[in-house]
Amino acid sequence: MNNFLLLPIIIPFFFGMILLFGQKSLRFQRGGAMIGLIISFACAVALLFKVKNDGVQTVTFGGWPEPFGITMVSDMVSALLVTTTLLLAIFIVWYGFNSIGTAREHFYYYPAIMMILTGVNGAFTTGDIFNLFVFFEVLLMASYVLIVLGGTKKQLAGSIKYILINVISSALFVISVAYLYSVVGTLNMADIALKIAEVNQPGIITTIAVLFLLVFGLKAAIFPLYFWLPTSYAAAPPPVLALFGALLTKVGVYAIMRTYTLFFIHDLSYTHELLLWLSVLTIIAGCIGALAYFDIKQIIIYNIVIAVGVILFGVAQMNEDGLTGAMFYLIHDMIIKAALFMLIGIIVYKTGTTDLRKMGGLMRSSPVLGWFYLIAAFGLAGIPPLSGFVGKLLIAKGGFEAGNLGTSIFILASSLLVLLSVIRIFIYAFWGEEQPTKPILSKKQTTQLFIPTAIVIIISIAYGVGAEWLTPFMNDAGKTLADPSIYIDAVFKGE
Amino acid sequence: MEIIMAFVIGLLFTAAVYLMLSRSLLRIIIGTGLLSHGAHLLILTMGGLDGKAPPVLTDGVTDFADPLPQALILTAIVISFGVTAFFLVLAYRSYQELDTDDISAMKGGSEDDE
Repeated sequence: MNNFLLLPIIIPFFFGMILLFGQKSLRFQRGGAMIGLIISFACAVALLFKVKNDGVQTVTFGGWPEPFGITMVSDMVSALLVTTTLLLAIFIVWYGFNSIGTAREHFYYYPAIMMILTGVNGAFTTGDIFNLFVFFEVLLMASYVLIVLGGTKKQLAGSIKYILINVISSALFVISVAYLYSVVGTLNMADIALKIAEVNQPGIITTIAVLFLLVFGLKAAIFPLYFWLPTSYAAAPPPVLALFGALLTKVGVYAIMRTYTLFFIHDLSYTHELLLWLSVLTIIAGCIGALAYFDIKQIIIYNIVIAVGVILFGVAQMNEDGLTGAMFYLIHDMIIKAALFMLIGIIVYKTGTTDLRKMGGLMRSSPVLGWFYLIAAFGLAGIPPLSGFVGKLLIAKGGFEAGNLGTSIFILASSLLVLLSVIRIFIYAFWGEEQPTKPILSKKQTTQLFIPTAIVIIISIAYGVGAEWLTPFMNDAGKTLADPSIYIDAVFKGE
Repeated sequence: MEIIMAFVIGLLFTAAVYLMLSRSLLRIIIGTGLLSHGAHLLILTMGGLDGKAPPVLTDGVTDFADPLPQALILTAIVISFGVTAFFLVLAYRSYQELDTDDISAMKGGSEDDE
């Protein structure tokens, strides 16, 4: 079936529509969301193996010839990201059952989650630059709903900033697409890549490349454009925060990866050098933020910024090792960020505060939580058998091959600061004297929250230990990114 | 013609940036409106303003305006309508809850987590 690659986009959309009905029936809402996610995850896994066996899958809507219709392209990069997205969504929705509160569940929480997944999967799969804009808007609209749903004062104040920054970046996206269209006269991504190769990189293409970096950098929170992220993400309740932290900035990172490996590859000394230095500055800024706060939400939020920097550093190398490493690290980071936000959500629900200085001695009351947190923290920092290791190793190897010695060593050294920032949570919250707590949820409810969290952490351990098994998939992804002709040939296969 | 359009669009962007840097939330939303007007006019201009006939198939007409940018603008307009409507209601809600429309005074209570 040629349309198979559309299923991970259409099924969440379909279930999102269905869930708009039966608003007050919790069983229908929860069951519908879970069934929809599991079916679409199964389709995504089948798609992953299909891409592995048969190469890049493409479909052009309406049977139009290639550059004229909207093409959807599922290569290894997008198939891996779609699969990870749906896998994490299952556990984050499960986590929400006991923590989001029935008031939110009654007001279209699950339809909004389904729409956000439609947007994210669509953005990962599309092969048309304007269609990418539309899918960005689909996921952003759903994320506005999720961030403000509940309507507490903090959420209202945080979401105004979030919406404003995204309205501006969407307008910039439209402007950049308009400029690109006036230069190359096409919107199909494969066709754009061909046309840009033909016009031989005049200055205007470099300008457009920087504009696109500005647009996607605003979505992905890279160095001078990350200031909106901490305040607005801190406003969201933990399950929503886990969803945002795992998925939303990664869509921006993916868009930078795609445009900077497919379109703008003819003036590497300017565009990719810029990307390299911005990613280094992003890591520095993230490290400062992660060490400066005593608020556990802020510490993990600044760790998102650090990870974005590390992934883009891998992209900036433009060799196969760097790009494969970036893919490894991207998937690792989606899993581990979901796990960490779920964990600190449990800590907040248990202690009733986000301030580290008011916590302590949790190891005595909940030792299992403590050990799982420690494993997740080590995984984030990239300690060998765990998940962050292979990605960072390959990124550093790619950096050494490209001759960026100093910055590669800096990337490795930044892991120490990441480790310090998350171990600080462990030391303050789990060691020391027990502090008085005012739990938000009952003990039974927090135990139920722990099950999906533990499974995500076990997945991240398996991702690290089973890296060998995943390597063929990641190598395929790295190859497609490093050699744009694979992507272009797949789209224009008819000619 | 394109030059004049470029200046007009530049003026719209200037006004939008000026309004969005102000403190009142309503002025900021007016700024986003102007920003999206500018962006939509920019797509139209960048598609070229030279076609004579509207893009509707008619016998004997060959010089059509480029239909693609018009479709893109139509899409972008409804999206920005949706976002602006949401944003306006959000501004109304936050005026009710936070009792201010001064963006720099908007700081939610830090302890109303649940």
